[in-house]
Amino acid sequence: MSMPTFAEINVGDALTPLTTKEITRTTLALFAGASGDHNPIHIDIDFAKRAGMPDVFAHGMLNMAYLGRLLTGWVPQSALREFTTRFVAIAQVHAVITCTGKVVEKRDGNLVALEIEASDQNGEVKLAGTALIELP
Amino acid sequence: MIDTSFIGHVTTPYQVTVEKGRLRDFARATGQSDRVYLDEAAAQAAGYRNLLAPPTYLFSLDLDREDPFYFITLLKIDIAKVLHGEQAFTYGAPICAGDTITLVSEVTDIYAKKGGAMEFVHLKTSATNQLGEDAGSMTRTVIVRHPQ
Repeated sequence: MSMPTFAEINVGDALTPLTTKEITRTTLALFAGASGDHNPIHIDIDFAKRAGMPDVFAHGMLNMAYLGRLLTGWVPQSALREFTTRFVAIAQVHAVITCTGKVVEKRDGNLVALEIEASDQNGEVKLAGTALIELP
Repeated sequence: MIDTSFIGHVTTPYQVTVEKGRLRDFARATGQSDRVYLDEAAAQAAGYRNLLAPPTYLFSLDLDREDPFYFITLLKIDIAKVLHGEQAFTYGAPICAGDTITLVSEVTDIYAKKGGAMEFVHLKTSATNQLGEDAGSMTRTVIVRHPQ
């Protein structure tokens, strides 16, 4: 992977957006197993309805993993210093998530701060966060 | 209401081995195609001991406990009322397949908002690898809904 250098990055630079495949019930089942998050609210519609939700919904950490892919698609993971998200809204089954990011600040120590977002196909923001990356 | 005397509660250190198969499953479940997360030789060529655990995987290691929702049990929360509010990671040494990671979690805050309609719990988990290196940490904010 060719890594951008601190000198060539400017505030306002955007990362190449990442659009995922549709989140299906299979996606949620596989992510439950792989991630170890077996909370039935994400995989068992009977449980979800009893909890007052219309349906199961995506794990917030699935969308955060997609944002992680956005970051590690831009720089090797070893460059990542901090990664934070707020879970703004629930992502429904059948959502197609697009992850975007832009450089908002350059700091001492070759650090760049990013604002990142994961939105669904209707443009509704699901996760919003920040990342701190150290560049050569 | 959650008993705020649990603020400062620290869990017994928990050891977990990072499994190669789980890392591959995680990569597939998240649509990851970068070879350092899937192929041992590619990971080693990139300078890692073995398959690299992705940036959010510490959360999964913490869920590998015998009681993955230990804090829900500890704080006597109804899991059906729980939402994940925020999640933050800081990074240390890379976590790779085959590593033994020791996790220690602490309840760092408990408070209510909106007249008790929502309660918030902050948990910090720190990771150390088998070489004694800092393998990063994470902070999670859990929201407990009490619809009126």
